[in-house]
Amino acid sequence: MSRKIRVLVAKPGLDGHDRGARVIARAFRDAGMEVVYTGLHQTPEQVVEAAIQEDVDVVGLSILSGAHMTLFPRIKQLLTENGADDIIVMGGGTIPEVDIKELKAGGWVEEIFTPGTAIETILAWINTKKNAHALQKNRKS
Amino acid sequence: MCDKLSEIQQSLDKWQQDRSKMKDREFKFETVSSLPVNDLYTPLDINGMDYERDLGMPGSYPYTRGVQSNMYRGRLWTMRQFAGFATARESNERYKYLLAKGQTGLSVAFDMPTIMGYDSDHPRSLGEVGRVGVAIDSLQDMETLFAGIPLDKVSTSMTTNAPASILWCMYIATGEKQGISSEKLTGTIQNDILKEYIAQKSWIFPPEPSMRLITDIFAYACKRVPKWNTISISGYHIREAGSTAAQELAFTLADGFAYVEAGIAAGLDVDEFAPRLSFFFNSHIDFFEEIAKYRAARRIWARRMKEKHGVKNAKSLLLRFHTQTAGCSLTAQQPENNIIRTAYEALAAVMGGTQSLHTNSMDEVLALPSEKSVQIALRTQQIIAYESGAANVIDPLAGSYFVEALTNKMEEEAEKYFAEIDKRGGVLACIDQNFFQQEIADAAYQYQRAVDKKQHIVVGVNEFVNEDEKQDIELLKIDPQIELDQVARLQQLRSERDNARVSDTLGALRKAAQGRDNMIPFILESVRSYATLGEIVQVMREVFGEYKEKPTF
Repeated sequence: MSRKIRVLVAKPGLDGHDRGARVIARAFRDAGMEVVYTGLHQTPEQVVEAAIQEDVDVVGLSILSGAHMTLFPRIKQLLTENGADDIIVMGGGTIPEVDIKELKAGGWVEEIFTPGTAIETILAWINTKKNAHALQKNRKS
Repeated sequence: MCDKLSEIQQSLDKWQQDRSKMKDREFKFETVSSLPVNDLYTPLDINGMDYERDLGMPGSYPYTRGVQSNMYRGRLWTMRQFAGFATARESNERYKYLLAKGQTGLSVAFDMPTIMGYDSDHPRSLGEVGRVGVAIDSLQDMETLFAGIPLDKVSTSMTTNAPASILWCMYIATGEKQGISSEKLTGTIQNDILKEYIAQKSWIFPPEPSMRLITDIFAYACKRVPKWNTISISGYHIREAGSTAAQELAFTLADGFAYVEAGIAAGLDVDEFAPRLSFFFNSHIDFFEEIAKYRAARRIWARRMKEKHGVKNAKSLLLRFHTQTAGCSLTAQQPENNIIRTAYEALAAVMGGTQSLHTNSMDEVLALPSEKSVQIALRTQQIIAYESGAANVIDPLAGSYFVEALTNKMEEEAEKYFAEIDKRGGVLACIDQNFFQQEIADAAYQYQRAVDKKQHIVVGVNEFVNEDEKQDIELLKIDPQIELDQVARLQQLRSERDNARVSDTLGALRKAAQGRDNMIPFILESVRSYATLGEIVQVMREVFGEYKEKPTF
């Protein structure tokens, strides 16, 4: 059996809304994942550095400041530049549907979960994604 | 009386026997804070309550029934809708429009860089300028914000905490430019740093220097800006972060006690600054629990101020508060339902005796509210005020066995927390130990799990879901050009101002920060020289250091 799924829960942006990030981090831990939580007010550079250092499979970005159209692309771009574009990027927060469509179409994020999403839905999504990524990796190698 | 009670006890026993044969619904009968409630309340539940001691008349100690003797028959609560637009110029136009319509109170929402003490051209501000409120970099922006608005004719509420001293000085300096002395200014700054560490998390400096800035503001206001409300001690954000009602009550009042003690320790006369303290609570969806919370808050505060601090000024006993309906109770699903939620929450605030009220707009869970939804939110308050009859009678739920028992319960829960906080060494020690933060995180997690397991029903989210729901509410968009324009204006200011004077005033400020003088006159002088918010904060950051959280979950 492969190692536990490692997740970085990150809170970029200047706002202090960490309720969602902390609830999700604890839910991931309770579901058996290894979770690193960055704390608040992280720059995209800090998030990417932590993701690489902690060797995570998934980065979950919680954004409620309205700066999502800047932050998701910046973080994805930095991951790619650092050869870490195999890390799954997902997000959560107060993000309008039109913006979610645009961000997903641009390849900046794989999925965004808005308020009201059940934790089980998010866990199921990560597991499916993780398996799909593992398959892809196996095929490549 | 005892005979009466034993009669009631007998009939209660009989009722319970009959009742136990009835089958109840499968449902957890508890408040939204997971506080179990009985199916019935009787005089037995408030046995020992003494009307004069525990309730009193409105406008009389212990103020359980309200802070004014005539409450809303004298004046309705202030309907104060909080709003901010991306630029000072745009906000100024909106303020003038509102004033022309007869509004007398303004409420300023700042953008995140301003809240965190960064200038608009700082790398950390990228993408955040003007997003959630107005960007203020210097006195120049504040002058634009209030251009053509005489500051002695309006009262202004500013939602600022870590850099509150600086924005307040900008407001004072704007008054000076209009020829209005600071004695005439009225308004409020939130200025509640303790709840930032606890819940809202928009901090800059560590707690000790932050507390010094606050007592400096208290002292300066007493002498020079006597009509200003120097702090709005806030439970709102504690609740939004996931606390229970009892935690909101307890942590907020504990913060209030800490400010009073800090003021006294700084050598101020409690009866001079305490009347300028005000509070800010959440109104969540559990109707009776919220009303009980407000009633308990007034009683606890009055008792503490009298018994512990022996205040002489009756105004020092009054817990006056603003209320905002619960943003966290709103749902992105079927957002129109939020109108109904907000209406119940607003009614609870009114029946709990609030002094002012902000009602959330239905689309705030998705983005900044549109004009139409803001109007519905305001109309909700007007319907309560003029149609529902709720404002006709003072403290209408007093005497309800349930509401009185719940009020007592709230007080009891809060007292338990006060004892725990004292045992741990006070509010600052508790912040350092992550005590509040962890209590709130636990409550937030338990709530989320309860929703996931459908132990709490949220209509439209985990029950009564509309499949294939589409977002069809028109959302407010912020133009990215706003950020570029703001940055350009700031850079122009830097090139045009007297930079030698700026560096002199900042140098004097640094010395003051290193010493023990009241810092407000030095901040004011820096502001007058057009030093920017970010530059002033940077000086203080170098002297005071920066707060670092211990991230836990």
